Amino acid sequence: MNWLRRGGNEPLWKEEFSVRTADERYVTRRQLTKFLVLTSLGMFVGNIWILVRSIFYKAPIYPQQPVAQLGEIPVGGVKLFSYPTKEDHCIMIRTGEDEYVSYSQKCTHLSCAVYYSQGENRLECPCHNGFFSIKDGAVLQGPPSRPLPRIVLETRGEQLIAIEVKG
Amino acid sequence: MRTSNELPPQNRGLTAIAGAMSLIAILLIVQIWLLSATLESFLSGNRHTALPAAIFSGVMFLICLGLYAFVDRVDSEVRVSGDGD
Repeated sequence: MNWLRRGGNEPLWKEEFSVRTADERYVTRRQLTKFLVLTSLGMFVGNIWILVRSIFYKAPIYPQQPVAQLGEIPVGGVKLFSYPTKEDHCIMIRTGEDEYVSYSQKCTHLSCAVYYSQGENRLECPCHNGFFSIKDGAVLQGPPSRPLPRIVLETRGEQLIAIEVKG
Repeated sequence: MRTSNELPPQNRGLTAIAGAMSLIAILLIVQIWLLSATLESFLSGNRHTALPAAIFSGVMFLICLGLYAFVDRVDSEVRVSGDGD
């Protein structure tokens, strides 16, 4: 990085610690500029990290897990379960006679647990009033910027099976 | 009102450095926004924005680096010319 060093034969201490008072303004400005450029490098490295993660991204393999029996919950009722791991809490709502939807219970804003508001027919986060659509998990209002991840359900016989997380 | 050519060399240098620093600060703000937007996009499952964002961020970093070299050169020149005062 010698090409970044200032020219001349002055020792480094003389460049960084000005002898004259008037030069002090230059030293502080140059140091601030260096700090800003290093921060810029940090932002660039962050973007590169995201790019590398994108290139080497592998779609996760989800287990197939029975989560409820058909008719176990009434229309408008809710069941909580964990999928794909015990730490991933989910919420399932029966929206019609044969209609079930399921989403991650973790709000995409700050990970508070969302709950189903039957009166408003939407999922609500009590922490910062983030509201999500019951149809597709899209954000209706509030600080969350991403929809709730959806749990794909499949009916097999009398059982509802969780097969995948989307989003 | 005095023009920049009428200013003493020390003040001219300071003005140039302040201008370059302002540009760097603006570029940095854009880079911070770009990183947060790319991360948001990546987390929501869209992985196609990562490459153009990385290229754009790299270009902005190179511009910042160029401006730093400019600041360094001006600093060096003005302080050398100041030695003769």
